Amino acid sequence: MPTPAKYWREIPQRYRLEAAKCQACGQVYFPPRQVCALCGSRKFSPTRLAERGKLLTYTIIRVPPHQFTDLAPYAVGIAELEDGVRLTSQIVDCSFDELRVGLPVKLEFRKIYEEGQAGIICYGYKFVPE
Amino acid sequence: MREVAILGVGLNKKWGELWDKSLRQIFVEAALAALDDAGVDKLDSMYIGSMSSGLFVGQEHISSLLADYLGHTPIPATRIETACASGGAAVRLGFIEVASGMSDVVLVGGVEKMTDVTGSEATYALGTAADQEYEGYHGLTFPGLYALIARAHMEKYGTTREQLALVAVKNHRHGAMNPVAQFPFEITVEGVLNSVLVADPLRILDCSPITDGAAAAILCPVEMARSLGKPVVKIIGSGQATDSIALAQRKDITWLEATYQAAKQAYQMADKTPADIDVLEVHDCFTIAEICVLEALGMVDKGEGGRATEAGWTSLEGKMPVNPSGGLKAKGHPVGATGVAQIVEIVRQLRGEAGQRQVKGARLGLTQNMGGTGGSSVVHILARED
Repeated sequence: MPTPAKYWREIPQRYRLEAAKCQACGQVYFPPRQVCALCGSRKFSPTRLAERGKLLTYTIIRVPPHQFTDLAPYAVGIAELEDGVRLTSQIVDCSFDELRVGLPVKLEFRKIYEEGQAGIICYGYKFVPE
Repeated sequence: MREVAILGVGLNKKWGELWDKSLRQIFVEAALAALDDAGVDKLDSMYIGSMSSGLFVGQEHISSLLADYLGHTPIPATRIETACASGGAAVRLGFIEVASGMSDVVLVGGVEKMTDVTGSEATYALGTAADQEYEGYHGLTFPGLYALIARAHMEKYGTTREQLALVAVKNHRHGAMNPVAQFPFEITVEGVLNSVLVADPLRILDCSPITDGAAAAILCPVEMARSLGKPVVKIIGSGQATDSIALAQRKDITWLEATYQAAKQAYQMADKTPADIDVLEVHDCFTIAEICVLEALGMVDKGEGGRATEAGWTSLEGKMPVNPSGGLKAKGHPVGATGVAQIVEIVRQLRGEAGQRQVKGARLGLTQNMGGTGGSSVVHILARED
């Protein structure tokens, strides 16, 4: 069973949308990295992730993993945000017919799933069409 | 570096749902078939590819378990894990060990026993090959990840839903001639397009199945293989590469950079080009995967994989036969065994022993095995010597 610690340590990313900006070349990473994949620098500054972007691709999950059984079918996509970061997340508050490549989306804080009836509730970000 | 030959190959008798057999049984069956084919009974070491024996059957430490049940303790045995590319990576490590002169006779094998768990547990186990914190956490599955690639490829290059279906139809046509295959029957484009949606636009007949299966090959120095008086098949090129395992972190969602890099290394070592290859076994875990792999291997131009399939280039009679074994789609995809099974098929093709599905006059073959959505890839080039 996962321990809560594995969620606590994700708080800066999942709850505060904290990204890392390379001090040498300016590339923004989410999740944060310790070594820049472009220039090799190890110096980063924390920065807030951009909250708006456009869908690059999407799918509708109809056969889900067990944690998401009650939610299926649900849409998931990759969006490119305004700071160049590419992010994977569920797309909610829209009908499947509205989904298209290029759809403008913004990030919102939502519940992701519950670990059983007595388990912890896992939160995170989801895409909502604008 | 010494030249390395493949002395013998083998699979367990039949791939599929083998509820009456255990992991160790199917592995030993494949390994004995390879030893008998090679005509040797002494091994110096073993490498075994297995992605997740821990999640599928609750058993780790299978390296020693399998060496023991094969009757070969105390030789060194090591399990290799690079997700679905585990088998290919095991082959490469055996190749390096023989080439280096450290060992003479090395067994490279792969095994996965996937049907002892429920479908949703298997989906979870396979999902661990993706980025758990940034893909799996959001409910993505492997069909979902490849669906994201498919949608992007269709958008960017005009690849059609029918072209995807044709990959599965072609591989089933080949698999119908392979007695080991899990699904040795033909399917139609209409059948694929009417099968149940798994992750739009991919349907169940775009997906490789959950399979129990094992494969093995015996590697040795070329001089030793020549003295045994059989057609000699050599490994003349080997390449392996990595990429971000999270799809979102890649520059181009439709491009398999690790496969491109692994192929580049293998072509360079073999001093060959894509045009020289007579037959290929590639990683068609989903129909879109085969299309993207053909592009990354340089067999077709970027974006042309779907149209090449539609034109019949990749069928048994085409200009570049792909997956004569039936591929992962029809033969089955016991993940850790797949990369080794690709080697088994190419050796049989190059020896002229592939029966009904023989590619006429094949002398040079290529295998491409990949993990996750392409976060790891292994490519080998095999040649018949005479």
